[in-house]
Amino acid sequence: MKNKKKNRRRYTWGDLSLRGISLFYIGLLILLPLVAITVEAFRGGIPALWKNITLAQSVYSLKLTFILSFSMVLINVVTGTATAWVLVRYRFPLKNIINAIVDIPFAIPTVVTGIMLVALYGPRSTVGMLLGKFDIEIIFAKPGIVLALLFVTFPFVVRSVQPVLMEMDKDMEEAAQTLGASRVRSFFKVVFPTLTPAILTGAALSLSRALGEFGSIVIVAGNIPFKTQVSSVYIYGEIESANIPSALGSAVVLLGISLLILIILNFLQRWSSKYDLRQ
Amino acid sequence: MSGIRVEHLFKSFGDFKAVDDVSFDVNEGELAALLGPSGSGKSTILRIIAGLEKPDSGQIFLTGQDVTDQSVRKRNIGFVFQHYALFKHMTVEKNIAFGLEVQKKNKKEIKEKVNELIELVKLNGYNNHYPSQLSGGQRQRVALARALAPEPRVLLLDEPFGSLDAKVRKNLAHWIRDLHKRIHVTGIFVTHDQNEAMEISDKIILVNRGKIEQIGTPPEVYEAPNTKFVASFVGNVNIVDAYADSTGIVINGSTGKIGYDAQQNGRIPGDIVLLVRPEEISVTRESTRENVIPASIEGIHYRGSFYEVDFIIGNNSVKSFINKDEYQQNNWQDGEKVYLNFRQFKVFEVSGGFHKIHAMLRHYGYIE
Amino acid sequence: MIYANNAEPRITNIISARQKNERRMSIGKWFLISGVLTWFLVLILFPIYGIFNEAIKNGLKVFIDQLRTPASLHAFWLTFLTTAVAVVINTVLGVVMAIVFARQDFKGKLFIESLLDLPFAISPVVAGFMFVVLFGPNGWIGSWFESMDIKIVYALPGMMIATVFVTIPFTAREILPILREFGREDEEAAATLGASKWQTFWRVTLPSIKWGLAYGITLTIARSIGEFGAVMVVSGSIINQTQTATLFIHDQYTDFNYPGAFAAALALAIFSFVILIIIQFLYKKRDLDKPKDLSLIEEIPDFPIEEGPVKNQGVPLS
Repeated sequence: MKNKKKNRRRYTWGDLSLRGISLFYIGLLILLPLVAITVEAFRGGIPALWKNITLAQSVYSLKLTFILSFSMVLINVVTGTATAWVLVRYRFPLKNIINAIVDIPFAIPTVVTGIMLVALYGPRSTVGMLLGKFDIEIIFAKPGIVLALLFVTFPFVVRSVQPVLMEMDKDMEEAAQTLGASRVRSFFKVVFPTLTPAILTGAALSLSRALGEFGSIVIVAGNIPFKTQVSSVYIYGEIESANIPSALGSAVVLLGISLLILIILNFLQRWSSKYDLRQ
Repeated sequence: MSGIRVEHLFKSFGDFKAVDDVSFDVNEGELAALLGPSGSGKSTILRIIAGLEKPDSGQIFLTGQDVTDQSVRKRNIGFVFQHYALFKHMTVEKNIAFGLEVQKKNKKEIKEKVNELIELVKLNGYNNHYPSQLSGGQRQRVALARALAPEPRVLLLDEPFGSLDAKVRKNLAHWIRDLHKRIHVTGIFVTHDQNEAMEISDKIILVNRGKIEQIGTPPEVYEAPNTKFVASFVGNVNIVDAYADSTGIVINGSTGKIGYDAQQNGRIPGDIVLLVRPEEISVTRESTRENVIPASIEGIHYRGSFYEVDFIIGNNSVKSFINKDEYQQNNWQDGEKVYLNFRQFKVFEVSGGFHKIHAMLRHYGYIE
Repeated sequence: MIYANNAEPRITNIISARQKNERRMSIGKWFLISGVLTWFLVLILFPIYGIFNEAIKNGLKVFIDQLRTPASLHAFWLTFLTTAVAVVINTVLGVVMAIVFARQDFKGKLFIESLLDLPFAISPVVAGFMFVVLFGPNGWIGSWFESMDIKIVYALPGMMIATVFVTIPFTAREILPILREFGREDEEAAATLGASKWQTFWRVTLPSIKWGLAYGITLTIARSIGEFGAVMVVSGSIINQTQTATLFIHDQYTDFNYPGAFAAALALAIFSFVILIIIQFLYKKRDLDKPKDLSLIEEIPDFPIEEGPVKNQGVPLS
């Protein structure tokens, strides 16, 4: 009896061309630009690149970006988790509308955000003038930047935590309470650990967004070097003044950090699925 | 002309040999069962026949035609999936009509055929229901109707009753049997449930670890199993360690001999396993009968229409099914010493070359 | 269990303690709720009110006039164009990529797939910068186009590329998980019924992802309309030539033309609200793409059992 052993192709030509299209698309629009900017940054050699990164203005803007973003994330974690908790566990009037509005920052252009914040809290607004009396500056100062960042990243933690809270049976908490735990203790020992991956995911997403945020900050911060200039604005300024090397320096640093956060996010996704009992 | 024929199928997934030289035949109009434990490769074999997997080597013939290189869509087979795979965004009607629409039949023809099939599977009135509105058994019937609509030359069912509860299973299994008699399409269904296979198939193909263990009708396979696997997989069986030579069989750890001539049966004297079905064991208090083995009763379990009695023979435990009347007549007690007679049994060599060599050496006097 | 003789007072003690606890809980609860609501008000609702106020305060007529200036109209037109291109390209390619990643396996797939998220992770300015490096007049690819006198950067093509880039992940990421988990058996079923790959795609696969796809497209639209940083770097923001609506707003604002800036901002904000509502609606519909759990449906004993004498249930008789 003949034993036909033909080389049977697993994928048809159709499959392979779809794969080719996908690879070409991602290669051209994502991989290539990444490679291009990295190569250009290192073109002058590492010492030159380092010099550009460590320019005073560049360093300041990087430090400012990080400090403000991290502070914002800390606030966001607390308020975001609280908001998610309130939305999932309690009932109160207008809850559904509030739940829908949480997503507004996703829909509104960042420039519009900036303008809104200036209109409302700027030096010429009612609130701004009131605070001015106490010498508190929001817009065109660091608090304004944090405010803008809080606005644009508001949904991240909330929407990250909400589904986990909803899936979490109240049973777990109640079980803890029958075993004698107080509400606070059951929150910290039972609820919080389950929420941690989701909170961290939301935090990472907010951080990633904050580090790169441009549109709202450009309006709200006023671009004062060494005072309110974040990295993205600094890079933009350098590009406009045709100082490409210094722009490349900061850009590459921001890029590296973004990629790092991306990798961390991937790990977080895998960690959070560990708690999924349905698997 | 053979309905379905496969020759020397091989299929590996990486290092794992899922299908290892499988050949069999299903005659036109027959309903065959591919029976085996999970992971035995039976589903893979079915999918290869369907064209959903490509074998590493081997050939597949459907109604005499070599379809080995044909794509699944051209093979004209009907396939019923374990989880039905109904198109959830289409109604029952549209699901059933799908195969016909692909063939670009005209609307009137399609409508007629669909109604015919809905009538056949007794889902009248459910035409415009969506799968999500149907129960498991109903979805299964839609899946069947859909597979039959394009009038396939063979019907393949992959654990069709797997997701259903016991009662529905039984009904559906019998109904498919009747349907099959009426429609006369050659069919194979995959199952791990030997009761099912015994009840509704014309022929059982036993698969274990990618290889075929035995092919036969349900009686053949039950009464005359070729291997230890078949004997224990189909029906209940006791496995007993024993030793056989030309004077008879001695069960390890016990006295009493069972009449058996090893040499006459073409076996080398040595360690064996003896397979006896629970219903083939007779129990008696008399030691004078021939071929009886002493045993003691270890447990008695009431099962409604019969009793399940456990015995200890030497180093072995053995189970037997005793008819209610017989039990009540004899009134055996726990712990009682009785005598067993095996009316029918099968003997298999203990697998492993060492045993064979050892037995051979013993036989020829080289070792004690 | 033996209760002490003075059990009763003990029980009422327990009850009043629980009541006290509950009262404490509801105070805490309302405290939390009002805290969150205040946060909400300050952070989100007030600013939205602020924009309405600013845009309309000079009267509706001024608002409309500002929107109808040539520069404004041109800007909105460019926003529309870039959005349309981004939606079309990323819908088609998003579906293609999702199918490839869900159904095929090849070396490096994990790496390529994770690249999909990059547009989410990097700063828009850096993104725009990447494309200037690549497609600028002295760029890797741009120099070739420049020699043929085709402008990519500082012109519409560059803006479109930038917008397409920032919206790559949306559709793909929405439908990829659905395709991964569901649909393989459906596609096999269609194949056994004779359908070609194209037929299977149109009649089985596509309908099964339609809500996820709609949601992804809406997110794409929202993002394209709002895109600012990347397009600004790539376009140079030349008024009446390479300004989208967002760039126009920024330009007007920095030129102190507040009525113009706020009018356009309000127009965009209103549009965003509409999109938001659609997003909310589609988000709930997304769950329809997932098939319902079989085990939740009761068996309906409607199936006719064979008539005739009840068969022997098969007990082996000795």
